[in-house]
Formats: sequence, structure tokens, C-alpha cells
Amino acid sequence: MGPLGLIIPMEGGGADDAHHWPPGVHSFDPKPFFPDAGMDWLNTYLLQAVIATVLVIGVWLWFAKDQRVVPGFKQWIGEQLYNLVRNGIGREALGPDYRRFTPYLVALFSFILVNNLFGQFFLSMFPTFSRVGYAYGLALLSWLLYNGVGIAKHGLGGYLKLMTMPKGVPGPLYAIIIPLEILSNFIVRPITLALRLFANLFAGHLVVIVFVVGGSMLLENADFLYKIAGGASLLMAFPIFGLELFIGALQAYIFTVLTAQYVASSLAEDH
Amino acid sequence: MTTILEIDLGPLLPAFPEFAAGIVLFGVIWFVMAKKVVPAFEKTYQERAAAIEGGIEKAEAAQAEAAAALEQYREQLAGARDEASGIREDAKAQGAQIIAEMRAKAQEEADRLIAQAKAQIEAERVQAVQQLRGEIGGLATSLAGKIVGESLDEDERARRTVDRFIADLEANDAERV
Repeated sequence: MGPLGLIIPMEGGGADDAHHWPPGVHSFDPKPFFPDAGMDWLNTYLLQAVIATVLVIGVWLWFAKDQRVVPGFKQWIGEQLYNLVRNGIGREALGPDYRRFTPYLVALFSFILVNNLFGQFFLSMFPTFSRVGYAYGLALLSWLLYNGVGIAKHGLGGYLKLMTMPKGVPGPLYAIIIPLEILSNFIVRPITLALRLFANLFAGHLVVIVFVVGGSMLLENADFLYKIAGGASLLMAFPIFGLELFIGALQAYIFTVLTAQYVASSLAEDH
Repeated sequence: MTTILEIDLGPLLPAFPEFAAGIVLFGVIWFVMAKKVVPAFEKTYQERAAAIEGGIEKAEAAQAEAAAALEQYREQLAGARDEASGIREDAKAQGAQIIAEMRAKAQEEADRLIAQAKAQIEAERVQAVQQLRGEIGGLATSLAGKIVGESLDEDERARRTVDRFIADLEANDAERV
């Protein structure tokens, strides 16, 4: 792949070039630290997820340290981020109940955001949530959360009635509505939550690979016209990076907002 | 025939370790958020709200104090006004009393002077009448003596006649009056 391959260190490279082109699902295969030890789970993705966890916790503890009534610059930045989730997402969706969900929402937003930004960070160049397992994990937790608080508030029967039998529907229509609501509220919600996050980052990363790897391959070709096309492709990679940064932040926000919305719908008195 | 378990999910098939790692790592973050970070932020927010409310309370207290002082000042002012008007009324009444007293005193003095003058006049009149009576008696006696040709001065009878005559004159006077 040549020297340009260095800026995407986790894309393999070297002798495997032929094997890696064209980019596809195999571009997302994990790269175990000990390929022959049978410990495929101990891979770079797990490492960067752990780094993200340490980073998120460290930064938030740093923001939370030495807080004063009149904030300094560091604390002010921290409060802006905290308020974005606490007020902009939690209070907007949940109303007066928002306080007890603030830790969950802040954790969710920052964990997803940092992992998504890893897609454009030069040492990792890989968004963790383009591995679907991580996305399923968070979606499952959100599913447990909104169903849990709903059952805790309304009781199992009351909660199922709230979620599956919207008011003001003529009797016979319940035959259709109830299966639809079950499908939508208990099955489609968590799956779309996970797949929306996963698919955005998966596709975004794939596009980045196409522009960068494809561009560098063209650039190394002997044909002059191919070199021009390769250069253009590499230049195009930078707006794509910008777009991916935006999408990464947006998806973190959306995942958090939807979780808050689902919790709000479970706590609602009326559907 | 393929069952649902045999469908190739491709990239949608999760690797279980990643699924578990996502949940565990997120759980750790959630725990730290709930135990440390969010309480720290909320505590700061509460302190800030308390500080702002404290400031408002202080301002309200100051305002109430100022209002009380103003009220007190107004009361004092009204009291002073009442007092001043009372003093004015008193002074007016006192002045009127003084004038009345002075007038009464002056009247009294005038009455006294008039009475004194009247008494003096009366006394002088009485004295004049007596003197006149004596002189008239002498004059009349000497006149009559000259007319009769002899002195009547020493004559007791003649004096009595003169006195009677004057008494008659006075009686006539008194009748006329």
C-alpha cells in the first residue's frame, strides 16, 4: 500500500493488500493481538473500547473535580457538555423525572461519542460501533432500562396495557393494533436503535476506506491519469472525514435522545 | 431448507465478547457517572441556586428594611407635623387669651381711672359747693349789711337766715334736677 497506508494503521496493509481490496465486510474483521492463541476477543477493538472508557471516565472526573459556584473555564466547558445531555436531552424528553436518568444519558452520550470519534482519530481510525456487538449491547441496556422503569411505575399489566393498547382506538382495531404495538415497542425499537448506530458508522468507515485506500492505490499506479484520480480521491477524503465527524456526533446524540424518548413513553400516564 | 438460525447475518452477527464488553464497559462508565460525576455537578448547581436565592433574599431583606425606615420616617414626619400644628394652635389660643386678658386688664384700669376721676370730681365739687356756700353766705351777709347799714356778721340770727336761704336754694335745685 506504500507510505500513505500509514495514516490508516488498522487497515492491515503490506502483503495482504490484494486480499483487502476491494473493501468490504472483511475490512472490519478483528485484528487479535495473539492470532494463534485462540483469544480472538482480545483485539484492537476491545482495546480502543477500553481506552474510550478510561478516557470518558477520566475526562468527566477531571471536569467534576474542584467544582466551584462560580465556574472557571474548565468547569464551564464541562458544564456546557453536561447541560447538553442533562437539559437538552434529559429534561426535554423526560420533564420533571429527568434527574435520575442523567447518569445513564451522560454515560451513553459520552461513550458513544468518543468511540465514534475514534473513527477519525489518526491512531485508531476505526469507529468501535461499526462492530455490531457493541451497538447491540447498548441497545439491550436501553431496552432493559425503558421497560424496567415502565414496569416499576405501572406494574407489568399496566405497562403492557400502556404500551400495546393506545387509548381512543375502536375495539375491533385492537386485533391489529396490539401485535403492531408489540412489534414496534418491544422488538423494532431496540433493533433500530442498534442498527442505526452500527450502520451509520459501518457505512461511513467503508466510504473512508474507499476514498483513502482506493486513492492511494490509484496514486501508486504508473498511469498518469490514475495518479490524478487518486489525488482527487485523497483530497475528497478530507470532506468525508468532516462528514464522518458530524455523523459520529449526531449518532451519539440520536441514540441518547431516543433512549430518553423511550423512557419518557414508558413513564407516560397516557400513550 | 434454512431455519432462522442458519441465516447468514453477515456483519449484523455480533461477536459475543464484544457484546459483553460493550455492556460491561458502559456499566463501568454508568457507575462512575452515577456515583461521582453527576452528584458533583448537581451539588454545584444546587449551591449555585442557593447562592442566587440567598442573594435575592438578602436584597429582599434590605428592601424591606428600607421600606420600614421610610415608613418610620413618614410616621415621624407626620408626628412632627401634628406637633407643629398643635403648637401653632396652642400659640394661637394662648395669644387670644393674652389679648383677652390684656383687654380685660385695660378695661379694668380704664374703669378704675374713670371711677377715680369721678370720685375726685365729686369731692372737688363738694368742696367747691361748701366753699361757695361759705363765700356766698359771707358775701350775701356783707351785702345785706351794707344795704341795711349795719354789720350782720356777728349776728347769730343773720347767719341762720343765710343758711336757711341757701338750704332752700339747694332744695329747689334738687327739685329741678
